Parts: sequence; C-alpha cells; structure tokens
Amino acid sequence: MTDPYEILGLSKSASDEDIRKAYRKLAKKYHPDLNPGKADAEARFKDISASYALLSDPEKRARFDRGEIDASGAETPRNFYRGFADAGGAGRYGAEEHFVDNEDLESFFSDLFAHRGAGGGAAAGGFRMRGGNVTYAMRIPFLDAVKGARKRLTLPDGRALDVDIPAGINSGQTIRLKGQGSPGLGGGPSGDALIEIEVEPHDLFRRDGNDIRIDLPVTLAEALLGGKVRVPTVDGAVAMTIPKGANSGTVLRLKGKGVPAPKGGARGDQYVTVRPVLPSSPDAEFEEFIRRWYDSHPQDPRSNPGSNTE
Amino acid sequence: MMALEQVLATVGRVNRHDLTLWIERRWVRPHHEAGGYVFTELDVARITLICDMRHDMAIDDEAMPVVLGLLDQVYGMRTRLRHLADAVAAQPEEVRLAVAAELKRQIRRDDEDRL
Repeated sequence: MTDPYEILGLSKSASDEDIRKAYRKLAKKYHPDLNPGKADAEARFKDISASYALLSDPEKRARFDRGEIDASGAETPRNFYRGFADAGGAGRYGAEEHFVDNEDLESFFSDLFAHRGAGGGAAAGGFRMRGGNVTYAMRIPFLDAVKGARKRLTLPDGRALDVDIPAGINSGQTIRLKGQGSPGLGGGPSGDALIEIEVEPHDLFRRDGNDIRIDLPVTLAEALLGGKVRVPTVDGAVAMTIPKGANSGTVLRLKGKGVPAPKGGARGDQYVTVRPVLPSSPDAEFEEFIRRWYDSHPQDPRSNPGSNTE
Repeated sequence: MMALEQVLATVGRVNRHDLTLWIERRWVRPHHEAGGYVFTELDVARITLICDMRHDMAIDDEAMPVVLGLLDQVYGMRTRLRHLADAVAAQPEEVRLAVAAELKRQIRRDDEDRL
C-alpha cells in the first residue's frame, strides 16, 4: 500500500474529522458492493479501508507519522456481498415483494422484447419478436440471370412469391425479400426470405466476371479470307467482322455485349474465340488441293517453341 | 452456515438488538430452523455491507430500505442480463453476430444522441 494520506487525499495535518469525512466520501464512491460492475473497485476500496483503519486510530497514526510502522498489514480479509450476489446466490433478496416487483425471469424478458418493437402495438406484456429469416434455393436460366427477370417461387407452404431477379446476378448471390420469412411473434415483424441463386449453365455463353465468352465456329474460308458473320449475343445476333487470317483461338471483342453491372457500372464485353471448322462432308477435290499445296509448302506448326510441351 | 452469535462475533459492528431488528424488517433474511437463525456467507456479507453503509456512509434507518431496494434491483438486473448474455451465447454464430451488430448500432446511436 502506498501512503495512506495520499490514498484518502489528505495532508499530514488532517484532523480526525477530515479523515472521517474523506473516508466516507471515498467509501460511498468505491464500495465494491455498490459498484458490482467495476473490477478495480474492490482493490481500491481495500486500500481506502486500510488507510482509514490506520489513520483513524490515533495511536497507529502517531506511530506511522513517526515512521515506526509502515502502511502494510492493516488490511482485513473480507468477502464482499457482490461476489455472492453475482454468483447467483441472492435470489432470496431479489424476488421479494418488499424490495422488487415479484416478476419472474420470463416476464422480465418478455418486457425486454416488447420494448424493442415500441409502437408496433404489441399486447401488454406479450412476447414480441421478429420472425426468423428463411432461406430458399432457386435455379434460374443463364439469360434470365444476365438480363434480369421476374420469377415465381412457390413456397413449401403453398404461397407463391414473385421474385425480381436483377440483371447481372450470379451464382451464390442472394436476393432478400423483406418481410417474406417466418412470421413474427406477438405482433413482431416477419423475417426475410433469402433466395440463394444458382445460375444454370448455357450451351453457348460462358460467364467470366461481367464478360461473356463464346466459341464461334467459322469456315476455313472465313478464317483465312476474313468476312462478316452473325454472332449470337445475349441481346440477339449481331454482325461482326472476322479479320483476314484469323487463326483458331483468335479472340475478338464485342464491346458492351457482356453482363450489365449490378449497380449502374459499365457493362461487360463479349469475347468471341474463333474456331475454324473443316468442311462438313469429305470432299475429294478439297483433299487433293490440300495435299498438293502442303507438298509444295512444307511446314510444321509444332516446331515453334511455344508448342513444345514435353 | 453460521448461528447468530457467530455472525455477531464475525461482523463485529452490529449488536444483537440491531441485527434482530434488521431481520424483522427483512433487510436480512436468514433461514429459520429449529435451533434459530442460520446465516449463509451471503447473509454475512450483506450484514457487513449494511454496517458499512450505516457507519461509513451515513445511511440511516430511513434511507436504508431505499438503498437496499435499489441494490437488490441492480443485482437482480445483473443476474438477468447474465441469463440474456448466456442465451445469446448459446445461439448459432449467425445470430450472435447479428445481435452484436445490432448492439453496436444501438450504442452508436446512444453516443450520437449524447453529442
């Protein structure tokens, strides 16, 4: 313990009355039983009590002032009320008409929840609680996810919900329908319906963030000579120019033909990968031409270092 | 468990007359058995607290029931809050996080109101 005068906020010349007053003031403020939530109140109060025990005894105080004793050892061990009360032993002193309303735990918490929704018209003392959220899963076609749609979801209880699918939604995202979950208790608001979206794959289109990718079959002539072709997009077919000499794997971009950004951002693009295909039926003349042409123009596309795999 | 005599000796600052009066006023509520009153450690701590308030805080017999009533309400509230906290702690993480977020929101709102 440090200097008892200091702990009580007194000078060495303090009178007995000063000491008593200082102690009373501090005891009112720091008594642990009057401060159940303050962890440090107990240590503080013990110091205050010990200081008072020393200074309020004229003989001990005189000896301390002369330096014959120090401030330690004046503390008496003690169990405070708050320790027992907070350990749950004070039921006897709580649920008694004399001091506290004879309310039981349940009605206390009912009040607590009723207050939360104040103004909502809950029955007096009734248990009022918001309903829980309910999660549903919904599979939607690829194009509905890209362009947005309104879908009807039939719930297990027979109710039907119209769900507005925002354009650009992706698998794993959730649509929240406010107030369509479980009903509340005691007049509390309903919870929300959470609809987890799974987007079905598309035969042609693949999604890559906000871009769309497709493979576009072209004839050897279109690949070699270039030309205008019709390309499917999520908005319908559009014209696109294949540049001359477009090899297999060449990627062309259709700006702004991708997925709309959810919150007004820039729309993605569509990337078209050129895939030249051979003529659909075998043709002796074409085969003869190819054989002769390669005989006079020998080449090995696998000789370039990039295709060297093993 | 202590008998009345032991309590008087342990606490030191209360006499038989006063303690009997406190029991009659129900400030202190020991069990009553065939051999007389039986005090638990909780009762002894409560008697000590009443002594502190009487002697060191100048709370007189008029004010004492008011203070004890408020004190019992504070401890009752603390018990209930602990039950509430335990009930929240027993919920799935999603619910606990939602409660924590809502609490944070409420506290922030209260702070803003104070400004």
